[in-house]
Amino acid sequence: MLDFLVELFSYGFIVRALLVGTFVSLCSALLGVSLVLKRYSMIGDGLSHVGFGALAVAAVLGWAPLAVAIPVVMLAAFLLLRLSDASRIKGDAAIGLLSASALAAGVMLISVTKGMNTDLLNYMFGSILAMQSSDVWLSTLLSVAVLLLYVIFYNRLFAVTFDENFARAGGIDTGFYKALLAFLTALTVVLGMRMMGALLISSLIIFPALTAMRLCRTYRSVIICASVLAVLCFWSGLILSYLYETPTGATVVLINLLFFCLFSLLSLLRRRKRSHSLSE
Amino acid sequence: MPLLVCRDLVMSYAGKTALSGVSFEVAEGDYFCIVGENGSGKSTLLKGLLGLKRPDAGEISYAPGIRREGIGYLPQQTDVQKNFPASVMEVVLSGCLNNGGWRPFYTRRDKERAMENLRRLEIADLKNACYRELSGGQQQRVLLARALCAAGRLLLLDEPLVGLDPLVSAGLYRLLMKLNRENGLTIIMISHDVQSVVKQADKILHMHTKPLFYGTAEEYRQSELGRRFLGGAVDA
Repeated sequence: MLDFLVELFSYGFIVRALLVGTFVSLCSALLGVSLVLKRYSMIGDGLSHVGFGALAVAAVLGWAPLAVAIPVVMLAAFLLLRLSDASRIKGDAAIGLLSASALAAGVMLISVTKGMNTDLLNYMFGSILAMQSSDVWLSTLLSVAVLLLYVIFYNRLFAVTFDENFARAGGIDTGFYKALLAFLTALTVVLGMRMMGALLISSLIIFPALTAMRLCRTYRSVIICASVLAVLCFWSGLILSYLYETPTGATVVLINLLFFCLFSLLSLLRRRKRSHSLSE
Repeated sequence: MPLLVCRDLVMSYAGKTALSGVSFEVAEGDYFCIVGENGSGKSTLLKGLLGLKRPDAGEISYAPGIRREGIGYLPQQTDVQKNFPASVMEVVLSGCLNNGGWRPFYTRRDKERAMENLRRLEIADLKNACYRELSGGQQQRVLLARALCAAGRLLLLDEPLVGLDPLVSAGLYRLLMKLNRENGLTIIMISHDVQSVVKQADKILHMHTKPLFYGTAEEYRQSELGRRFLGGAVDA
């Protein structure tokens, strides 16, 4: 076991993937709790598709991928919020519109200029080799910023998530916190998508939160449980994908699904037990 | 000096005039009820009072010393909340944020305040319970405790008794009465349950886009409008 771990960590790309992946999983689990509860979970999905489009443009033009993707996805996050707040196109439809368009544009761009190749596949489904050492620093820095902001605004994000009207009446600038949530999500999605894949990154946002909510009964325990689950699933996914040479993103998602099923089962059993003890 | 004065208020909702010509005063310690059917402009008026929506004309002015953030607000429950994984304490504490300025975390004083309000509403034993597993009446008490954490002197309630069974409603009415009479809290409540409200409130404003009646509960009972809405039950 020890030998295996030493071997594992002797590869630079694994260490980089582990570092970035852990931070990204943690961030997306935290943000995911608010997003899922506020029924915004599809925003992560929409943003990842926009990110794919942006990465395609960067690849074609030969620019640094993160430098292009981060501002573009942030802009998209802002647009999505505005769209769902103040237009006749409802939120979910607006996201569907934007994400399909961005994905189509990205695929088109790459296939016209470079032909359908492994690059495209890597962007869509992720690659463990995607992290370069320059990315690691940026990713770590940005993730730490996301985590810090989350902790500082924890109580207010709770208030805005639980009851927007009450928070607004109490003088909390709910627009600011919604925008903050969208921007932090945009950052996290861009950081994680090259490893997890544009089509799979949103699962990091949705799964841990949903799984934790099956069993946890307070907000704080949901947050803690989701974070632990996210990191655990990522680590085991990474190791398994290394061992069996499976795609990292897909492996992580399937492990998340496994935990979700397990927690659902436990929650079902608990409810059974309670209704049983009530009827006695 | 009244706590709140509204003068010639005109407000619109979705491009249509929702209410016009609304003038009233609320004094310190009043139990003031706004009644009317759905679509009569009650909710729009409430948004105006909370500063969530600006009036098209007229003015809403609070006595000096009343900050908008110091109004305890009990909104109607949303779907999101009914399945929200949070403990009662977490929900009630979030009411303290309104007075918290920019401090990121709750202080010990916030926690004491939350506990005190839980006791006032007789739900201290539910402190660690899960919000989504409570009954409708208990949830409403939790939200009321949160509103009290935010409230200095004024409580604003939006249809607090919708969907509750009569026994639970009676309990909540009793609590509100106690808060008003014993703690001197000013209450403004929106309701379409005219029958019960008349027994509680000091003053009534009956709305139907325009104010149809404004005066004391006693006067309302005697008025033509009041008799029509209260049916034969008045003299009983």
